[in-house]
Amino acid sequence: MRRALSLVRRRLLGAIPVLALVIVGTFTLLEFAPGDAVDAYLGATGGDRGLVDQLRRDWGLDQGPLQRLGLYVAALARLDLGWSVAFSKPVLTVILERLPNTLLLMGAAIALAFGLGSLLGVVAGSRPGSATDRALSIGSLALYAIPGFWLGLVLIIVFAVQLRWLPSGGIETIASGLGGLARAGDIARHLVLPVSALGLLYLALYLRMMRTSMAEVWRQDFARAALARGVPRRRVLWRHVARNALLPLVTMLGLQAATMLGGSVVIESVFAVPGLGRLAHEAVAQRDTPLLLGIILVGALVVILVNLAVDVAYAALDPRVGSGKETAA
Amino acid sequence: MSGLSRFRGSADGIAGAAVLALLAIVAIAAPVLSPGDPLNIVGAPLTRPFEAWATPLGTDRLGRDVLAMIVHGARTSLTVGLAAALVAIAVGSAVGTLAGLMGGWIDEALMRVTEAFQTVPGFLLALAFVSTVGPSLAAIVVAIALGAWTGPARLVRAEVLSIRERDFVASARVIGMHPLAIAWREVLPHALPPVVALASVIVAGAILTEAALSFLGLGDPNRATWGGLIAEGRSVLRSAPFLSIWPGLALVVTVLGVHLTGEGVVAALALRRSQA
Repeated sequence: MRRALSLVRRRLLGAIPVLALVIVGTFTLLEFAPGDAVDAYLGATGGDRGLVDQLRRDWGLDQGPLQRLGLYVAALARLDLGWSVAFSKPVLTVILERLPNTLLLMGAAIALAFGLGSLLGVVAGSRPGSATDRALSIGSLALYAIPGFWLGLVLIIVFAVQLRWLPSGGIETIASGLGGLARAGDIARHLVLPVSALGLLYLALYLRMMRTSMAEVWRQDFARAALARGVPRRRVLWRHVARNALLPLVTMLGLQAATMLGGSVVIESVFAVPGLGRLAHEAVAQRDTPLLLGIILVGALVVILVNLAVDVAYAALDPRVGSGKETAA
Repeated sequence: MSGLSRFRGSADGIAGAAVLALLAIVAIAAPVLSPGDPLNIVGAPLTRPFEAWATPLGTDRLGRDVLAMIVHGARTSLTVGLAAALVAIAVGSAVGTLAGLMGGWIDEALMRVTEAFQTVPGFLLALAFVSTVGPSLAAIVVAIALGAWTGPARLVRAEVLSIRERDFVASARVIGMHPLAIAWREVLPHALPPVVALASVIVAGAILTEAALSFLGLGDPNRATWGGLIAEGRSVLRSAPFLSIWPGLALVVTVLGVHLTGEGVVAALALRRSQA
């Protein structure tokens, strides 16, 4: 437990410069975007030249870039991400309304990809070169080439339009009046297709990684020694090979968090899921730059936190990690 | 030469290279295969596939030839995919070599920047960049490269760190070679093979990102793109699903071709390593 705590502390400290760079980056993009906060604020209501100058002075927008960066950071420290023109609300409020749906979608997709992917990877890697292995390898390679948003459309055509088994979009039935478990079931039914569209590509990735990783572990001395000692093959498979082969997959999980968050932009747009990704698309469509940059910042924060969780999980799986200072990098 | 023969020994590699060669021919010969602007209206709207000779894959809501748009879309997809991957690998290799060779605070600073770029979802970054700069082919290439250069950078840095301790680099230093010449002529050539193996993943990712961007309406509006075609077909998904299905299949075949070629390249490189 102390090991995990010190690991968390070290990682959080390491995240500070990274987050600072991300903030400078979003500020730079904000500078390059046409128009500023005053233009955005007055875009809807209108105002004369005097009011514009007055507001620019009040908000400090007439100062140099460095002072403005300072103001931007100070505002961020107060959790003020700016004003969303498209929604006429503070950016943070809009984002927090949408974030849970995205986390739900991503969490379910990760669970599907990691759980089923590694399990199928064990099946393929238990006997490398077998017919099952070949079939799974070819299937996963094909799956790996399918763009998620197109897969989503195909799933809609098959399961929502043709078979009418599942809803084609949204997060829940509007004004259903459901509560408790019935509502959870309704949301789950709505999530089946988007989660599949988002997760299947990563499922293929994890399957292939697990298979490769297992093929390597089978060749290592401790696995061969266990087999030579007469330990049952099934036991070697699970206790020795699969467990060790899982470690690189856990690392991959953290690396894929950012990619998956990006992927959810398109998937949420396809399935009309009111989440962070769809919000990003809306922000682009309505030229709401502060909102878009707020989403990027929150997205980066989510990625950092997912990676933190992955590190703790890794430390739990592999007792060698985090016990000494040398693994700080 | 021996690497090439090992590539030829890999069934995956052969199949992938064949697919890519065919696509490249289609992309280069697009103006001959279907002359004129593919966005012109040529027939009745929503002709079904295999119904009219002139438009074998059918027409869209406006009566534009789906096959012509897919053929021209291959140009966009392959151009953007290859260009973005080239930019990403060039920038990543430069940053990785610099960080690995210089060490110290330069290495530290460059790696922090790399980490920051990896923390921001690449697709969101591309979205923000294109919507700030405006959708042109060059902007899309840069936007995709922004999210893709970090992989090669980290890989090259790791390779350089191990290569710079080898004897031939030390002897180059002893005979007084310029540090830039050492980086360019001695270190980089040895650090590149793993990046070449990574290239197929980057190209495939770039093609998919371009498709996703144009699917969301951020592609170059004056060009036929597969992502744009899929989005176009969405509004009539129930009555004419083929409009979205054809360009998607083209995407799948292309990305599969890139991945298979990549397997062949990996086979060629990996075998060389085990013989060394």
